[in-house]
Amino acid sequence: MCDQTFLAITFGPCDNCSQNKPLMNIYLKNEPINYCSLCVELMACQGLAKGETTNTLKAESESLKAKLEEERAKLHDVELHQVAEKIEALGQFVMKTRRTLKGHGNKVLCMDWCRDKRRIVSSSQDGKVIVWDAYTTNKEHAVTMPCTWVMACAYAPSGCAVACGGLDNKCSVYPLSLDKNENLAAKKKSVAMHTNYLSSCSFTNSDMQILTSSGDGTCALWDVESGQLLQSFHGHSADVLSLHLAPSETGNTFVSGGCDKKANVWDMRSGQNVQSFETHESDINSVKYYPSGDAFATGSDDATCRLYDLRADREVAIYSRDSIIFGASSVDFSLSGRLLFAGYNDYSINVWDVLKGTRVAILFGHENRVSTVRVSPDGTAFCSGSWDNTLRIWA
Amino acid sequence: MTIKTLSQHGVQRQQMPCLTKMERMIISMQDPDMGIKLRNQRLLITVIPHAMTGADIFEWLIKKFSISDEEALHIGQIFVKYGYIYPLKEPRNLILKVDNSPYRFQTPYYWMSTRWPASELDYAIYLAKKNIRKQGELIEYEKECYNALHKRINHTWDFVVMQAREQLRASKQRRKADRIVLECQEQAYWLVNRPPPGTLDNIDHGPERRTTNTRVQLFISFIMHPCSKKNADFYKKEIEHNRISLARNRVKSSICLESYVKYCEQYQPHDPIMQGCLPSNPWITDDIMFWNMNCETVSVPTKLRVERWSFSFMELLSDPVGRKEFLTYLEKEFSAENLCFWQACEDVRHGETSKIPGKVDEVYKQFLAPGASRWVNIDSKTMEKTLEGFKRPHRFVLDDAQMHIYFLMKKDSYPRYLKSDLYKNLLARAVVPQETKKSVLPFIHRQRHSSPSPALATQAAEDDGKTKNSNSFKSNSGTASRL
Repeated sequence: MCDQTFLAITFGPCDNCSQNKPLMNIYLKNEPINYCSLCVELMACQGLAKGETTNTLKAESESLKAKLEEERAKLHDVELHQVAEKIEALGQFVMKTRRTLKGHGNKVLCMDWCRDKRRIVSSSQDGKVIVWDAYTTNKEHAVTMPCTWVMACAYAPSGCAVACGGLDNKCSVYPLSLDKNENLAAKKKSVAMHTNYLSSCSFTNSDMQILTSSGDGTCALWDVESGQLLQSFHGHSADVLSLHLAPSETGNTFVSGGCDKKANVWDMRSGQNVQSFETHESDINSVKYYPSGDAFATGSDDATCRLYDLRADREVAIYSRDSIIFGASSVDFSLSGRLLFAGYNDYSINVWDVLKGTRVAILFGHENRVSTVRVSPDGTAFCSGSWDNTLRIWA
Repeated sequence: MTIKTLSQHGVQRQQMPCLTKMERMIISMQDPDMGIKLRNQRLLITVIPHAMTGADIFEWLIKKFSISDEEALHIGQIFVKYGYIYPLKEPRNLILKVDNSPYRFQTPYYWMSTRWPASELDYAIYLAKKNIRKQGELIEYEKECYNALHKRINHTWDFVVMQAREQLRASKQRRKADRIVLECQEQAYWLVNRPPPGTLDNIDHGPERRTTNTRVQLFISFIMHPCSKKNADFYKKEIEHNRISLARNRVKSSICLESYVKYCEQYQPHDPIMQGCLPSNPWITDDIMFWNMNCETVSVPTKLRVERWSFSFMELLSDPVGRKEFLTYLEKEFSAENLCFWQACEDVRHGETSKIPGKVDEVYKQFLAPGASRWVNIDSKTMEKTLEGFKRPHRFVLDDAQMHIYFLMKKDSYPRYLKSDLYKNLLARAVVPQETKKSVLPFIHRQRHSSPSPALATQAAEDDGKTKNSNSFKSNSGTASRL
């Protein structure tokens, strides 16, 4: 006769999920509870206390969010366009393509200006990164990355290096050498390592640090010299598509936008998510600070651009029209912050009056999606890069 | 037809908001009262019902959205490109012609939001039908696709041919007008989803983006628990974050928004796109005087530039010429060490990690040690905290001290500088550039001169083997000043 040991198993409704299942008699803090084995495992893995389920937590989070919206609304005493009524409307707006930069063999995905106000770096789908003197339209340097879809590129503040990355999950820094015989790729330095594609990168105030955002849902601050991770920023629940450093006195914060429809403001020192905004209805493709640093604009796949104020802690303007169907892939402010340039996936660029909320002009010219729009450092022009393989300088 | 529907995820996710919007517009276009007037169009010997002209579409768009001609044409083209409207006369040419060329609305069965991606099997059946119906009707690229498919899905080829025959037989039993309409619809669908080589592929979207729904969750909660795709940790973090946000101090909207108005007003004269720039915008006139007059090493700055220093302390510090002028002023006031200290701290914060301990040491010796040659006045609490941090020097160890000195300069020296003779004289001496005379022959370009690359400057410095003077904390190539 075999010696069998049984667990006394009861069958009935689970205390947690209310389904009729075999129950496990377990004790929590000396209290017996009847959970089914499924709920027990979940509880153990997620560290829930008794009575807590993801549903109750979700409900609590939702109610807090609602309260937060209430608080934010209390101080909202006037709309931006009302305040802007007293300002003169902008006159006839004329901007034309002044330069067309041809040379990429495939979609242009990203570009950045050099601080000398005339040079730019651009990257494309086929892995090519080109440095141009946009004023003369001459190409000065070219690097071929070992990966395709180079979605991020940035010019170093000193003008002596460029950083780029994409599907290789890395951000690499190439020092720019003027020696014709030198292969730029030889001096490449791998700085950042993510676990998914690199969507955006930016140098901080110097050549020594790089801020990156990635499809793995995190942003990170890296030391260029050692390649070390200085700080990582967790909080997005989906791919982070874009980031921008704040032009503030203390220079310690940045904003990021992602596929979870959230725009988060981070403190670079502590890695904390300081503020969060979630009013978009779709992926946020681009974020840019207003020049004063008190607000930022976002461009999203829901075909709207929105302005969020950091001190009022809320969305203060929406830039959209019924006739605009496609998402905004990239936004940037003019020097005074009065104009917002937004590149759209329907091949056009819309220029918005930031204060009045109206559209000032629509610029045609590109023959495919506009992927990136950036105003030059002294505000004299802006550059747009597109999937039609060209870049255009508008002024 | 046997087109399968696939669940919406992956690339479709990105496109759905646009497709929904387009569909809403299309539906309002077909509204019996407010939409486009549809009539019968003659196509060769047949009469196609419910058709409209390109001009109708164009005018309706202008009226409905109050937009310009160019934009209306642009939107119309999008509808044709995405297959919501298809041309009857030249079906392969997917563009909108603003004349009386006939167009029809595509049936919702073939809309992009419901039938994407188009499956190979369906395409094979379509091509087979075409082939059977009229030998030699397939054009070049279609023949190639047909052969390629034949190779690829050879195992189902009998099914393909059988389906094609069945569908052809069923269509013969329809009225001629209906048959033509269905054929047009199907053809339009395939022209959008299998464009001939060389035409724009509007389905290309770039790397796939993930959201919480596609992210691999905790295995158990994904498989077992039907409702929790986000686990407890995620919600706990959200709750904590929301609690902190609730406690935050907020400012009234009116105050915040007024500040934008002020900022835009103040900077408008400095915004070349808004108000132009003197002598002229280099991009427009090919004259780089503007850049030459505003470069870092100019001896007489422009009036606008000097005025800008009065907007905020940050503006003054971020302009190298401004910083130099400010330093001169401080030297007169015997408080130049404040600015030098601030610059040294910036250097630590933004410089190489390996050099931090050395730099911090230097800073201590020069600025903070008792009896230092350029001692800066920091309150005792901050000094204590900073010295404590020196035991393990890190990038931000000088932050508190730097902040203290920064605000000291901002509140005290900066306002006095703006009132000083030094500043006022500079402002009076400052240049207001003459506007460049417009070229008599505007279509002849001025010669566009190239400029030395910033990379060259550093290379020259490196080649000379110059060692940096440790006493001068001027911005070196590693830490360029912000504009």
